[in-house]
Amino acid sequence: MPSPIPSEVILEARDLTREFDGVKALDKFSLKLHRGQVLGLLGANGAGKTTAMNCMLGLTLPTSGGLYAFGKELQSHRIEILRRANFSSAYTALPANLLVWQNLLVFAKIYRVPKPKERIAELLEMMEITHLHKRVTGQLSAGESTRVNLCKALLNKPELLLLDEPTASLDPDIADKVRKIVLRIRSELNCGILYTSHNMKDIEEVCDHLMFLHKGKVVMEGTPKDIVERSSSSTLEDVFIKIARDGEIVDETAKKEEVAP
Amino acid sequence: MSLHVIQALVLRYLFLYTRSPMRLIELIFWPVVELVIWGYLTLFIQENTTGDFPRIIVFLLGAMILWDVIFRAQQGVAISFLEDVWTRNLLNVFVAPVRTVEYLAATFCVGFLRILVTVTVLGLVAGLMYAFNIFTLGWALLPFFMNLMVSGWALGMISTALILRWGQAAESLAWAVPFFIQPFIAVFYPVSAIKPEWVQTISWALPPTHVFEGMREVLKTGVFAWDKFFWAAGLNIIFLTAAGMVFFYMLTLTRRRGLLTKFATQ
Ligand SMILES: Nc1ncnc2c1ncn2[C@@H]1O[C@H](COP(=O)(O)OP(=O)(O)O)[C@@H](O)[C@H]1O
Ligand SMILES: [Mg+2]
Repeated sequence: MPSPIPSEVILEARDLTREFDGVKALDKFSLKLHRGQVLGLLGANGAGKTTAMNCMLGLTLPTSGGLYAFGKELQSHRIEILRRANFSSAYTALPANLLVWQNLLVFAKIYRVPKPKERIAELLEMMEITHLHKRVTGQLSAGESTRVNLCKALLNKPELLLLDEPTASLDPDIADKVRKIVLRIRSELNCGILYTSHNMKDIEEVCDHLMFLHKGKVVMEGTPKDIVERSSSSTLEDVFIKIARDGEIVDETAKKEEVAP
Repeated sequence: MSLHVIQALVLRYLFLYTRSPMRLIELIFWPVVELVIWGYLTLFIQENTTGDFPRIIVFLLGAMILWDVIFRAQQGVAISFLEDVWTRNLLNVFVAPVRTVEYLAATFCVGFLRILVTVTVLGLVAGLMYAFNIFTLGWALLPFFMNLMVSGWALGMISTALILRWGQAAESLAWAVPFFIQPFIAVFYPVSAIKPEWVQTISWALPPTHVFEGMREVLKTGVFAWDKFFWAAGLNIIFLTAAGMVFFYMLTLTRRRGLLTKFATQ
């Protein structure tokens, strides 16, 4: 589903480099995320997806490079930007001993959501988890807690949404639901979504634009269809495996461009 | 600073305490146990010693309650942070529009609430069991408490900074840090009892020392020592500022090293 008209850039990374003990987890990584776009970051374990996301959230400071959201420099406008953004990951959790509604209410208040109770009810319904309202958060199944986390991430109707492996550890049915929800969010909120995943189905179904990361570098980017064609592979999974194993992929278009002049 | 963020964070801790009675019990159980044990011991010594010993029980009980003010305030800050680490909630908070000062202010409030609970219970127990009236300290109580609370906050920020620096393995520092300074701040004995004498200089440089000395003075003479109050308050301003700077520095360092997220997802 390629986005037809390029719209406003809401998140931009310019030559982002992040070193850990001399090893580059991100290497001159650049990205532009448009409003209404779902951009997928794909790559093997350790490729740098989470690091990229953490830099964009200001959790990790980049070694060098620039980060801008809504046209403003990230570090100096962090709070202002975070008000319009949100984040959810399979690796964070809401406090386990609180009830679902308590957790959501706390974050609704932090984000200053108008009519928090109504908003929470609306989101629980959208995720089909209204019945979990009074449950203890720590006792939820992976699929349930992923959806509660997503509720938290949508409380403030974010214009920028970062999702780090939202479908990790979900069964195919729930993963499918989550994908539908992500698409619905995109069209309802017209937000930009940055999405990381190992799951090819995720990426094919949800993302308009893909960036393949390998050792912190973008090795290929384009629409999912485009990428499959250009790398003369039959599926995205093929491309993924080639990149993960060899770190390189023969990009037919790039080759032609090289030859052209 | 925005009030609604602080309120929301405090609400989270209130939910946490109402949801887990063990936390409330912990707030009350140990201080009461200590008070009871040391109270009986002092009574026993008092009865079996000849000489002028009448005030020792009053000093000791007063000291125990005041010490708990420091400890609870420090715990409010340090444990609140750890709660976020334990519950893997730290990332959610740090990606929310929460300023560091707002986060700290919320933990300060939690410290204050913990003090209220503990001191009320200890005051009641001391009154019932040993006929110790905490209000013998009179209105001097308030400036004492304020000063000790601020010292506790400062120690809490230091504890958290150390945990940030050394990771979750250093978690027990959240309980240990106040005891690093306890020998020096003359909680249960006067500064003059501290030997060798040069160590007393260290004692006087720590704000709580002035409070505990002041407490003994009030109990003994009934006169509030203003000089001690001002010393404590002045030193506290310096301590709180320094501790805040150490905390901010560690937080930035943690971000720069990319360790904040490691904390949050362990
Ligand atoms: N705080 C850190 N300290 C040292 N190395 C790190 C840290 N965070 C990430 N890394 C390294 O950076 C690389 C990229 O990691 P990550 O961004 O988590 O990958 P992905 O999310 O794509 O699986 C890995 O080699 C990882 O070990
Ligand atoms: Mg990752």
